[in-house]
Amino acid sequence: MIDWGAIFSNAAVELISPTTAAYALAALGLAVHFGYTGLLNFGQAGFMALGAYGYAISILSFGFPVWGAVLVGIGASVVFALVLGIPTLRLRADYLAIVTIAAAEIVRLLFTTNTFEPLTGSANGLSGYKGGFAALNPIPPGSYGFGPFEYNAYDWWLRIVAWTIVVLACLFTWQIMRSPWGRVIKGIREDEDAVRALGKNVYSYKMQSLVLGGVFGTIAGMIFVLPRAVVPSNYQTSLTFFIYAILLLGGAATILGPVIGSMIFWVLLSFFSGFIARAVEAGWLPFMTSIQAGQLRFILVGVAIMLIVIFRPQGIFGNKKELAFVK
Amino acid sequence: MSSNPVPSSKPVKSIDLHIGEAEPGCKKRDPILIADGVSRTFGGLKAVDVDHVEIPRGAITALIGPNGAGKTTLFNLLTGFDKPDTGSWTFEGRSLSGMPAFKVARMGQVRTFQLTKALGLLTVMDNMLLGAKGQSGENLFRAMLPFFWRKQEEDNKARAIDILTRFKLDTKKDDYAASLSGGQRKLLEMARALMSEPTLVMLDEPMAGVNPALTQSLLDHILNLKTQGMSVLFVEHDMHMVRHIADWVIVMAEGRVVAEGDPHEVMRNPAVIDAYLGQHHDEDLGADPSAEKEHVVAIKELLDDEL
Amino acid sequence: MIFLGLLFAALTMSTFSTLSASPAHADEVGTDQYDYVLAGNVQFNQKPLDGVLITVKGSGYEAEVKTGVDGKWKVGVPEKATYTVSLDEKTLPKGVIVAKGGSVIKAEFGLTKVKSVNFFLGEGTRVTVSFFDQFLNRFVNGINFGLLLALAAIGLSLIFGTTGLSNFAHAEMITFGALMTLAFSVTLGLPVWLAIIIALVLSAGLGWSLDAVIWKPLRRKGVGLIPLMIVSIGLSLALRYVFQFFVGGGTSQLPGSGLADLQFGPVRLSLIDLGSMGISIVVLLAVSYFLLRTRIGKATRAVSDNPSLASASGIDVDGVIRIVWVVGGALAGLSGILWAYFRPGVSWDMGFQILLLVFAATTLGGLGTAFGALVGSMIVGLFVELSTLWLPSDLKYVGALVVLILVLLLRPQGILGRKERIG
Repeated sequence: MIDWGAIFSNAAVELISPTTAAYALAALGLAVHFGYTGLLNFGQAGFMALGAYGYAISILSFGFPVWGAVLVGIGASVVFALVLGIPTLRLRADYLAIVTIAAAEIVRLLFTTNTFEPLTGSANGLSGYKGGFAALNPIPPGSYGFGPFEYNAYDWWLRIVAWTIVVLACLFTWQIMRSPWGRVIKGIREDEDAVRALGKNVYSYKMQSLVLGGVFGTIAGMIFVLPRAVVPSNYQTSLTFFIYAILLLGGAATILGPVIGSMIFWVLLSFFSGFIARAVEAGWLPFMTSIQAGQLRFILVGVAIMLIVIFRPQGIFGNKKELAFVK
Repeated sequence: MSSNPVPSSKPVKSIDLHIGEAEPGCKKRDPILIADGVSRTFGGLKAVDVDHVEIPRGAITALIGPNGAGKTTLFNLLTGFDKPDTGSWTFEGRSLSGMPAFKVARMGQVRTFQLTKALGLLTVMDNMLLGAKGQSGENLFRAMLPFFWRKQEEDNKARAIDILTRFKLDTKKDDYAASLSGGQRKLLEMARALMSEPTLVMLDEPMAGVNPALTQSLLDHILNLKTQGMSVLFVEHDMHMVRHIADWVIVMAEGRVVAEGDPHEVMRNPAVIDAYLGQHHDEDLGADPSAEKEHVVAIKELLDDEL
Repeated sequence: MIFLGLLFAALTMSTFSTLSASPAHADEVGTDQYDYVLAGNVQFNQKPLDGVLITVKGSGYEAEVKTGVDGKWKVGVPEKATYTVSLDEKTLPKGVIVAKGGSVIKAEFGLTKVKSVNFFLGEGTRVTVSFFDQFLNRFVNGINFGLLLALAAIGLSLIFGTTGLSNFAHAEMITFGALMTLAFSVTLGLPVWLAIIIALVLSAGLGWSLDAVIWKPLRRKGVGLIPLMIVSIGLSLALRYVFQFFVGGGTSQLPGSGLADLQFGPVRLSLIDLGSMGISIVVLLAVSYFLLRTRIGKATRAVSDNPSLASASGIDVDGVIRIVWVVGGALAGLSGILWAYFRPGVSWDMGFQILLLVFAATTLGGLGTAFGALVGSMIVGLFVELSTLWLPSDLKYVGALVVLILVLLLRPQGILGRKERIG
């Protein structure tokens, strides 16, 4: 018989998991790029990788304190954004897409290669960098919570920090998007020549947007690795595509869309894979092995991306009028 | 070509703008924009090749010429949207060569586009506010703290309402620009340009694709720009409009300035008639014959008007 | 030139105990503490090599060991996991190198507690002597790789030219060709030539049906180019995992992929390599003829140039686009089959592995220009192969992607592209 309770509680856990927070923040960064500015950044995985490795390497190889490691990660992503933006932001939109996707792959391959193994741990990745963050934890050791949401002190600390960052980033984005700065940014999405003709330095604004969204991605990368290890194969192009799926689900030019999109994405994914896995165990789907059941969810994500773009391009929270799709 | 809209009031023409003969490249008494040796080629084709041209201050200047004469290309070059192969030009005595488009606009030379660029998914009001210059809230760091820019924003809003009222768009201020009609978008684009308090307004075919009823009000607005002390340069190929409102006409053909002068004088210039009629003479067969007919009709109408 | 010297070491515990008489240094590390053991024997031309440094790494554990006089080494490891075992080439005698398989090996425990790890040593010098030969070999490989990339890139470029779509699902069209060949030759036991023909027909059919079912209705609906691109990303993801769903995560070989190399002067090639290059060249010539000489081909180029003008002059734009999808599908399928022989192996994500290179090739040559895609592919192919002379082989794609970014910086319209006119 299927244990529905376990399926539901596993799914509910995803609601506030640090991974959900990380994806929400990365998607918010993409919302700044794609939804508000119209920049096609397909390298968000690269920004996340820089955050994860920047943080881990600073601590493991150079013994930096937590704040120093965070700054290193952010610094790396600012440099990365400048390197990507300087050649491409003057060119057609699709060039940025190709360059960012290529650059993110370069970053991943450089972290994977054996050449820099002492620093990056090559394919095995890195672990053992969580001490500094755990030491900052003011919560006394023990187990807290109720029902499925029962965690130890470290897990609570991680969740509180992660979601505080997400909330702050949302407030920040909301504030700047309703300011004159945000107006210029949205104008660029609509037609950058018109904005240029009104005396705005479009190139500089696009660069600011690229850096800002990239920094969100980088911080997301750090949150992402705090509950797990740094593994280079996590930062494949598919990661960027998943974040796009979340963004499109919630609504590209919205503040809450990425957050709610991330929650829905992870809860549904967990529910779905939990259900399929147990259904396979229970013999309900005799034609499927449990490994195949695991792949089914990726198929589902792909199909969902297609359906959303075709039938509800504004996402769940997007304004039907403000379709927020670059033409 | 069936309608013949005229501005609602008889325009006051500015006269005596030039020094010496009214010939291509002639000196102006008070030029606002002076261009020298500007050329631009696409592939093997010389799109623009202008030796010398001056745009008078405080007047409405029309830039006319047949299709492919290089008017829009010259426009793009002068406003920094395209880079010339050679040439230099000054605006109010300051060199603009190689200056990016946004800096040109900041100096007070603002343009509109042939294909209207209303920012569809912004409200009419946001479109207007985008035009205002020197906004401190457009700096990312100050954008976070509204008290830096709230006062300025209110002032800009008041000014925007003022301009929108003149353009009869004030009732639409909260609508998305995408919901406006084609003509209203043209008006919005012009109104938005005014928000930046320009000294030279450059309009690229402001009347193209606008219905006759609106054309009249557009003409009035262009005339108003002059009364408010701005200089205007506009591209047009409907010569009726040109005759009624322009103080000065510059004619381009095949990338060059072929004639200049008072609108009534210049229409009689053989070089102009030649430019309009002659453009298809050496084209190969199979070119669109209706285009030629259209131009013949246009010239005929012009000559009729003069009688 | 490299002569393979071979070395071997299936180690039974008994032989080991009798030989461990007087090791000059510790050839055993951690065997007391841990149950699991990685072991090997380093020999060259049947002679054991002494003092070669071996490093074992994985699961947060790391150990170093030097071979004993008998050439043997042994490392105890804490758990049954995957370890990286590397041999330090600098500690080998002069004139001996790791000849095949590289100096780093991934070792995974099977059913037993002992896993033997062996390096294949050969005669040769590490850097200079065979450089020219290496270069020549890489060059020919690069041409082969470039040609197979070109098959996919031209299809991608034609689709981009006629529809404006950056088709991410092209990767799966590549994989599809190889998978179908595998299914019909290995699974159903048909002769391989027949399987290839069936696979190509099915690939063309895939192109046709993707256009009919997805892209044409979306064009009708007036969906913008960027949403279309995102749809293709979703499609790519879905198809890729559908493939994995059916064939699993492993790699299988097509018939004949293990053919021995033939020697042509310094260049070593298999019959498959030769055939692959021959087929690519013939097909590319046929595509050029199609584009330059046939009515449909000319119509295709006209649509690429200016769809509305083409449609105004009586060209059936939808028909042309349909043909482009069919041709693009077949070319991608063929490219996939050749890629399966080149890698070698068929796997569910093989197309996705080269998708970026195909994109790089089309962009390098100039988006939407078919012959640009050919030039771009050759550059990418050669660059990827030749860069391994200087870069570690796990970085070989990095070079090509860096070149892509540099070219965009210096010549944004691509090598054969035209500058666009503004306004």
